[in-house]
Amino acid sequence: MACPHCDLLQGIPPLPPGGSARCARCASTIATRSTDPIDRPLAFTFAALFAFIVANTEPLMGLSAAGRHASTTIVNGVYEMWMQGQQITALIIAFCAVIAPGGYILFLLTVLLAVRRPPAPRWVGELLRWAAFMQPWSMVEVMILGILVALIKIAELALVDPGIGMYAVGVLVVLLTAIGITFDPDEVWRRIEWVDPQPSTARVVRGTASP
Amino acid sequence: MTAATAAQAGLVSCEACGILSRPAGGTELGHCPRCGTELAWRRHESIQRTWALVIAAAICYIPANVLPVLTTTALGSTDSDTIMGGVVFLYTSGSWPLALAVLVASVMIPLGKLMALTYLLITVQRGVPGSDRDRTRLYRLVEVVGRWSMLDVFVDTFTVALVQLQPLMSVKPGPGVVFFAAVVVLTMLAAMSFDPRLIWDAGSTREENHG
Repeated sequence: MACPHCDLLQGIPPLPPGGSARCARCASTIATRSTDPIDRPLAFTFAALFAFIVANTEPLMGLSAAGRHASTTIVNGVYEMWMQGQQITALIIAFCAVIAPGGYILFLLTVLLAVRRPPAPRWVGELLRWAAFMQPWSMVEVMILGILVALIKIAELALVDPGIGMYAVGVLVVLLTAIGITFDPDEVWRRIEWVDPQPSTARVVRGTASP
Repeated sequence: MTAATAAQAGLVSCEACGILSRPAGGTELGHCPRCGTELAWRRHESIQRTWALVIAAAICYIPANVLPVLTTTALGSTDSDTIMGGVVFLYTSGSWPLALAVLVASVMIPLGKLMALTYLLITVQRGVPGSDRDRTRLYRLVEVVGRWSMLDVFVDTFTVALVQLQPLMSVKPGPGVVFFAAVVVLTMLAAMSFDPRLIWDAGSTREENHG
């Protein structure tokens, strides 16, 4: 294979379960092998879907001051930004806090279910590419720190209490990290049907080239 | 030993699924035989696009820091806060770990990213000698930490959403927020359009020139 970071051609030796290989030239991790590349991330993704729903429907935190009470959810934050004249910011927040993580979880769930019986049809590969596109924009872990900072800032002004939604976001962070560790896109690609069903042998180079 | 890259061997690796293939002849490389993604030796116009996005982000960085991000109205008095104002507020209210987190995420990371990408662009274009492995590491660092600068946008969103106790106390987003969010999005896009393999291509050209 060729290193995606520096294009060096190299052969990857068979890896033990849980092992990983680094590029000989630029030291980037270029291959990993998880013990259970399909079922474990699938379990975490199911749990993440549940945590995601709770995180988006339950209030993140509540506020009491002078006998009045207010609470907010993620979507409410987006709505309030939009109404206060910050439409672009509202769209960016909606994408990074709701659409990207939600899309990533849904696409990955479909992909993992579909590849349990290989060979999976080609549209699975398309979904996997969409999941990879969503991943860098899903900022749940940044959001939890943002919620905590907001909580402490407001605590100076009024009485605040964390809500169920906030704990769900915390759980979601842990689950997304677990998916990232156990998921192996190479293994999924191996289980998906090729676009070109019979590529001429001259075109495809199996991972044995060495410098 | 001069190691061979895939490009030198006339092979191209797919950016989506990683498979190595021999591209179709002619000027067009064709599509990946496994996943159907369009093949390219290097990301299209990587240097120009990255420069354009870095410059746009640098321009937005100024209003992002000068303009207020939050305007608080409490008991008739109005108060505007910039990003640095928020850091100072957290520090004086006694939560210095959070003040440090916001300072790192909102001030140091965006600035560091802009400087790191500019450095990478200049060294690749000029072929400046140095450790290509360290440059690749710097690029990966930019990719990983970039998302954390969205922190302050999340803090502002949830503060605005929660503190709406009219007429007692209310918080409005300021014009700085959208510029700040723009800096984060533009620098993330810049990091994505930069092709780290160019770092090593520049290195091999140097080797050839100096025998």
